[in-house]
Amino acid sequence: MQVTITLNGKPYTAEATPDTQLLTFLRDAGCKSVKCGCETSGCGLCTVHMDGKSVLSCSVLAAQAAGHTITTMEGLQEQAAEFGAFLADEGGEQCGFCSPGFIMNVLAMINELDCDASDEEIREYLAGNLCRCTGYQSQLRAIRKYLAAKGGKAE
Amino acid sequence: MKYVSQAVRKVDAMSLVTGKPVYTGDMVPSNTLMVKILRSPHAHALVEEINTTAAMKVPGVVAIFTHQDVPQNRFTTAGQTYPEPSPYDRLILDKRVRCVGDPVALIAAETEAAATKAMGLIKVKYQVLEPLLDFTKAKDNEILVHPEEDFKALCPVGADNKRNLCSTSFTENGDVEAELAKCPVVLERTFNTKANNQAMMEPFVTFSYLDEYSRLTLVSSTQVPFHVRRILANALGMSKANIRVIKPRIGGGFGAKQSAVSEVYPAFVTMKTGRPACLCFTRQESQANGSPRHQMQVNVRLGADADGTIRALDVHALSNAGAYGEHGPTTVGLVGTKSISLYGKLNASRFTTEVVYSNTMGAGAYRGYGATQGLFAVESTVNELAAQLGMDPCEIRMKNMVKQGQQFAMYYGETCTSNTLDKCMETAKHMMNWDEKYPKKVLDNGHIRSVGVAMAMQGSGISGVDVGSVEIRLNDDGFYTLLVGCTDMGTGCDTILTQMAAECLDCEMENIAVRGVDTDQSPYDCGSYASSTTYITGMAVVKACQALREKILQQGAKMMNVPVDTVEFDGKRVFVPGTEQQVSLSNIGYTSFEGSGNYLSVCESHSSPVSPPPMMVGMVEIDLDPQTGKVELVDYVAVVDCGTVINQNLARVQTEGGLVQGIGMTLYEDIQYTQKGRMLNDSFLQYRIPTRLEAGTIRVAFESSYEQTGPFGAKSIGELVINTPAPAIVNAIYNATGVAFHSLPVKPEHVAMALLQKEQ
Ligand code: FES
Ligand code: FES
Repeated sequence: MQVTITLNGKPYTAEATPDTQLLTFLRDAGCKSVKCGCETSGCGLCTVHMDGKSVLSCSVLAAQAAGHTITTMEGLQEQAAEFGAFLADEGGEQCGFCSPGFIMNVLAMINELDCDASDEEIREYLAGNLCRCTGYQSQLRAIRKYLAAKGGKAE
Repeated sequence: MKYVSQAVRKVDAMSLVTGKPVYTGDMVPSNTLMVKILRSPHAHALVEEINTTAAMKVPGVVAIFTHQDVPQNRFTTAGQTYPEPSPYDRLILDKRVRCVGDPVALIAAETEAAATKAMGLIKVKYQVLEPLLDFTKAKDNEILVHPEEDFKALCPVGADNKRNLCSTSFTENGDVEAELAKCPVVLERTFNTKANNQAMMEPFVTFSYLDEYSRLTLVSSTQVPFHVRRILANALGMSKANIRVIKPRIGGGFGAKQSAVSEVYPAFVTMKTGRPACLCFTRQESQANGSPRHQMQVNVRLGADADGTIRALDVHALSNAGAYGEHGPTTVGLVGTKSISLYGKLNASRFTTEVVYSNTMGAGAYRGYGATQGLFAVESTVNELAAQLGMDPCEIRMKNMVKQGQQFAMYYGETCTSNTLDKCMETAKHMMNWDEKYPKKVLDNGHIRSVGVAMAMQGSGISGVDVGSVEIRLNDDGFYTLLVGCTDMGTGCDTILTQMAAECLDCEMENIAVRGVDTDQSPYDCGSYASSTTYITGMAVVKACQALREKILQQGAKMMNVPVDTVEFDGKRVFVPGTEQQVSLSNIGYTSFEGSGNYLSVCESHSSPVSPPPMMVGMVEIDLDPQTGKVELVDYVAVVDCGTVINQNLARVQTEGGLVQGIGMTLYEDIQYTQKGRMLNDSFLQYRIPTRLEAGTIRVAFESSYEQTGPFGAKSIGELVINTPAPAIVNAIYNATGVAFHSLPVKPEHVAMALLQKEQ
C-alpha cells in the first residue's frame, strides 16, 4: 500500500507493507539519523517526533503514521546543532550512536519541562534513552547548561 | 600546553550530534544483498540434512549456503596479532553446531523480508547431542565440544581439544604453600562472575562488495580492521592482497568488535555471488551470539600477618570460553596479573588458569579483559581480610599497595614506574568523606547508607606485541594530513591524536585533517584494544611529528640557503632567529609540491617493551533497603592515575561510562540459560543495562603521575575504569549487612534472602 506522511515539512509517499515499521520506512526515506538499537522499544535510539511528540519509531507502523507529521533530526538540524554543541562541549557524545534519539527526546522535553526542572525530572523523562558509553553524567551536565543558557537561569 | 590536557571537543562531534549518516549501516549501497543467518535451536547437534528447495523459491532469494559450501580452513575470529593465541577452532559454517544460535545456513536475498521468509522455510534435520552446559564440569568431560582432528593452536597456550581445554597456565613466584603455612591469617574464597554482554548501542554490522579493481572490500563496525583482513583471508582461503577493510564511525565496541563477529558472512556471500552483501545483527543476535565477557570462577587464597600485611596470594581462574576460543587464553591471563600486582609486600604469589570449552555462546573481549573478574575476586578478599582483622579497608590498602619504584609482584617482571595510588586513596577518602561515613549509617526510614572501596589497575597496550603507526604529511598551503591506523570507536582517539600532533607541530587542530582506518591507505596499527591507542599510537604521533619537524627545518633552510642548524620552526614559519630571514610553512608546503621540492611525509610506528598500568581507587556510597534488598547508588567517587590526562572531557566521560558498565555488571546484568542452553534474556527488556535512573551520581578526579615512556607522560584509561564497581559495591553491601557476596550480579532477591537467613 501507499503511505503518505508529512516528513520534515514536506509530503512524502512510499510503498509499505502492513507490517513495515515507521523506523524502516524513515530510514528508507533517507533519514539515516533514525537508528535501530533493539526493535523492541527498549533503547530509545529510534526516537522521532510524531505531531510534535516523541515516539519510538520501531513501535509505530508506517501505516499508523499515515497522515501524520513526522520530524526526524534531518528536519531539526539547527536545534540539534544548538543543543548538540552543549553535548559536544561535555564530551557527552562518545560513539554518538545514541545521540540522535537522545537529542530528539531532549528537544521534545524542553517543550514540556520548565527550565528549572529537577535532575530527577530530567532523568525520568529521558529514562528510555539508553547510552552504553557515557554513564549519562555528561548528558545531564549538557542539559543543565543548555537549559541555563536558554532560560537564563543558573545551573 | 595549548591542546594537550585541555577539554577539547571531539573532531567528529558535530556530525554525530546532528545525526549524519556516518555509521556502517547508513552507507549500504543500493543493489546490496541482505544476508540472514539461520541459527541452530540446539546447543549441541550434528547437521544431518538441509533442505532448501522451498526456501529457494521465495521471490528475491539469490543464494543459500550451508556447511557443504564453505572452505574447510579452521580459523579464529579473535582480532589479535599473528600468531593469535586463540585456537583456530571454527569454520564459517560447520556440520557440528556447538551452541544455540550457531550458524547453520546463510541466506542472501534482494530484501531482508525475502531473506527472513526463506529462513523460515529451510528444513534442517539435526542429530541432537547431549550438550555440555556447566563449565565447571567441562574439563575431561566425556562430551567433547571440539572433537575435530584439524583443531589447531598456533601458540603453546596449553590447549587440548580432547580434554575440552582451550588453554592452561601456571606461574609462581616464591613458594606460595610454604608462605601460606607461615601466615597466621589465611582466607580462601571462591567468586563467580557471569558472561556480560557489551551491549554497545550499534549491533554488529558489515557490508562487503567487489571494488573497481575486483578486490573484496569490507565496510565494517570493527575495532581491528587490519586483523579482520587476516581473519578473512584465513576464513575464505584467499590472499590478503585482495582484501580491503574500511572502518567508518563505530557505535561502540568495548571489545565486542575486537572479534570478527559479523564480517566473514557477507564477505563469503560477496565472493560467492559477486554482489554487495550486508549483514546487520539484530539486537537479539548481538546479545545471544556476540562475544561477551568470559564467565569465570575465581578461587583466591590470601595469607596475611596479624597486622594486615598481605604476604601471599594464590589465584586460580577457571574461565568459560563457551563454544569457541576467541580471546580465551589471553583474557584469563589478566585475572591474576592485574590483581596480584596491586600488592607490594607479597613474599610469594601463584596464578594458575584453565580455560574450558562448553556448549554456551563463545566469549570474547570485553573492556577489562579478565582484570575485571580478577579484581572483583582479589579486592573482595582483601575487603574480607580487613573485616576479619577489624581494620578499615582503606587502611589495609595503604599498608599493602604497590609503590612507585617497586617491582610488581606478577607483571611480566616490570617495575612500577608511575603510580599515585596512595594519593588516589587519600583524595577519594576526602571526596567521599569516608571517615565519617564508614562503615554505615541507618536512616530514619530503615534504609542503610554504607560505603565500600576497591583499587584497580590495567595495562597500557600489550608490551612487545602491539604496534601503532601514523603517517603525517605536509600539504600545499601548509596544512597537515594525519593518517592513523587505530580505530576511533567513540573513544575519541582521532581527536586525542590530533591534539598531540597539534601540540608537537605548534599549530591549530583545524590545520590537521585526521583520517581513520582504510587498510589500503592507513599505516598498519594493530587496532584499538588493550587500552593502547593513547599510549602506543600516541607515541607514534610524537615520533612522526618530531621527524616531520626535522624535514620542515631542512626544507626551510634549503629555501633560504642557510645551514639547517641556524634555523627554527615556530609552527607557522621557519626563520633565522635575530634576522628578517624567514619562509612560511605555507610556502614550504607549496614548494614541496613542485618539481624543485621534496614531498614532506613521515610514517612512524611505535611499540613498547613495557605496559605501564594506570591505577585507580573507586569508592561507593549505597542506599540499601533491608526490606526489599534493593541497592541504590548514592554516590560514586573515582580517582584515577592515567598519567597525564590528554583530554579532560574524554577521560572523565570514559571514567563515568566505564563505572556505569561496572555497576550494571554488579547489580543488574544477568545472562541466564534454559536447561537446554538457550539464552533467556536476549533483549534489552530482559538483559537490563543501567538506565540514567540507576547510574547515580558519579564524581571523577585525577591524580596524575608522569609516565616517562608515554606521550606527554600519558598512560591508558579506557579499560581500567570498569574494574572497581563490583568489589566496591559488594564491600558496601557487606558494610551494610554483614553479608559478603561472592557471585555477580547481586540482585535485590539475593540481598533480601541473605538478610532473612541471617536473622534465622
Ligand atoms: S529501536 Fe526503537 S526503542 Fe530500540
Ligand atoms: S554515546 Fe555511545 S551509546 Fe551513547
